[in-house]
Amino acid sequence: MIVEGRAHMFGDDISTDHIAPGRYYHLRSQLGELAKHVLEDADPEFAARLRPGDFVVAGRNFGLGSSREHAPTIMKLAGVGAVLARSMARIFFRNAINVGLPVVICDTSRIAPGDLLRLDLERGVVTDVTQGFDLRVTPLPPVMLAILRDGGLVEHVRRHGRLVLEA
Amino acid sequence: MGQTLAEKILSEKVGRSLRAGEFGVVPVDVVLMHDGTGPLAVRQLGAMGLAGPRQPDRTLVFLDHGLPSPRKELSNDHVFLRDFARRAGCGLYDCGSGICHQVVVEECAGPGQVVVGADSHTCTAGALAVFATGMGSTDVAVAMGLGESWFRVPESVRVEVRGAFSPGVYAKDLILWLISHLGADGATYQALEFGGPAIAALDMSGRLTLCNMAVEAGAKTGLVASDGVTREYLAAMGRQAAWRELEPDPDAVYARRVEVDAARLAPVVAKPHRVDNVAPVSEVARTPVHQVFIGSCTNGRLEDLRAAAAILRGRKVAAGVRLLVMPASRRVYTEAMRFGVLSDLVEAGAAISPPGCGPCAGVHLGILGDDEVCLSTTNRNFQGRMGNPRSSVYLGSPATCAATALRGVITDPREVLG
Repeated sequence: MIVEGRAHMFGDDISTDHIAPGRYYHLRSQLGELAKHVLEDADPEFAARLRPGDFVVAGRNFGLGSSREHAPTIMKLAGVGAVLARSMARIFFRNAINVGLPVVICDTSRIAPGDLLRLDLERGVVTDVTQGFDLRVTPLPPVMLAILRDGGLVEHVRRHGRLVLEA
Repeated sequence: MGQTLAEKILSEKVGRSLRAGEFGVVPVDVVLMHDGTGPLAVRQLGAMGLAGPRQPDRTLVFLDHGLPSPRKELSNDHVFLRDFARRAGCGLYDCGSGICHQVVVEECAGPGQVVVGADSHTCTAGALAVFATGMGSTDVAVAMGLGESWFRVPESVRVEVRGAFSPGVYAKDLILWLISHLGADGATYQALEFGGPAIAALDMSGRLTLCNMAVEAGAKTGLVASDGVTREYLAAMGRQAAWRELEPDPDAVYARRVEVDAARLAPVVAKPHRVDNVAPVSEVARTPVHQVFIGSCTNGRLEDLRAAAAILRGRKVAAGVRLLVMPASRRVYTEAMRFGVLSDLVEAGAAISPPGCGPCAGVHLGILGDDEVCLSTTNRNFQGRMGNPRSSVYLGSPATCAATALRGVITDPREVLG
């Protein structure tokens, strides 16, 4: 699976409150509506600028805060192709894999806004096409790879009827 | 080689010895969700083709975040969850019951259990030597439908606290200091295990405050050994039988150790917009505030309301300041009434609201106006947290909040303690 799109840059400590603000709590059963506000408190113009497949590129501790799975879900619904960050908060990371949003831990410091990026999920390679370099990627644990390959946790359980840890 | 508390609890549950870094599918004792995360969990349960909760009586549904409902959309989510709980036979905690994390420690959790919840502060129950952790709705749907979840056994950070807390300094000051010391991602994928003489002497309320905020350092859970304080707490909740002694082995292996002398701690606040942006109260003293909030799963317990009432009794909240108080559960509310704590607070000028999470999560009640400042006993001060990205939230202990409400500017509680 190949994801290709432009880089949208964010800083360190982008919280789930930035991604899915609590003031839209009443929209949690209307995910399409909630997705219109994705990352609004970090960049109010982001949802309007986003094109399908584009990358969210961030610094440290992306997704800290709430367990709200609505955060990675609306990123995916809005068209985000993948998230690249130097590090990621634990619950967000697990939720993103569960909902089938590709998340990659790598050194994002050389990526510039608007760079064309390509992610090869099978090979685990991120390429900055604009600048012409590959990024070293921290591999996912086998259990998460297994869930991602099945298309998310719902499909994983539908397929196996239980949790299968082995890749 | 001995085991940490985290390794011990998870090993016992799977029936084989697990070490930090290993993966395991672990049976869960209690599954919880609330009105923010529950509807999605219920829909995902259906999408996975699972019949329903494996253990309905241990699957708990809380209506605590948007209660009483401020909007029809939330009301409809409540209708959906009430209907699910009734059909599935789950425990339903409706309007006024309290915040999920507080009710779980009062009514359900006990040493050696595994609790998963669709809320990041599920780690609160770790104060009762429970492996308790927050997850997303789909993970919770799996735990509900299969009765198990997968875990990577976390490494543990041992937080050894010696000495004694000085007057005016509380568990909240310790955990805020610790988060600033570790950083907001300093314990990611790890467990924080609190111990030492100051923790042994700390009441359950303070222990719950510590474990509640473990996730603000990125941790999977916070843990305290089960001891005499745990036994007394469970007995007070009418659940003596749930008690057992549970502590880490003396030769347990920790990822790192942090030593703290409680006597050297001072009242602190977390400044906007990061929980690890911590400063002594003296550094920000005289910052004007518009609202003070005392409540939440972090600091809405009887002991917290008492600490505030001790400062506010017979005095008046400063002009121009709103003081909002929200007991964490119906039990806390009833006891605070019975002991006269609520009347002290109301007479000082506080507005008391029913138990819930509304202000902390920016859902409703206490939403801040543009450029307004709030000092709060809650656990997060991210931008927009209290419902408005153009407002600012500081975090502090109930005593710091009460002193601040009294003066109208951020105030060291030691200045007003009698």
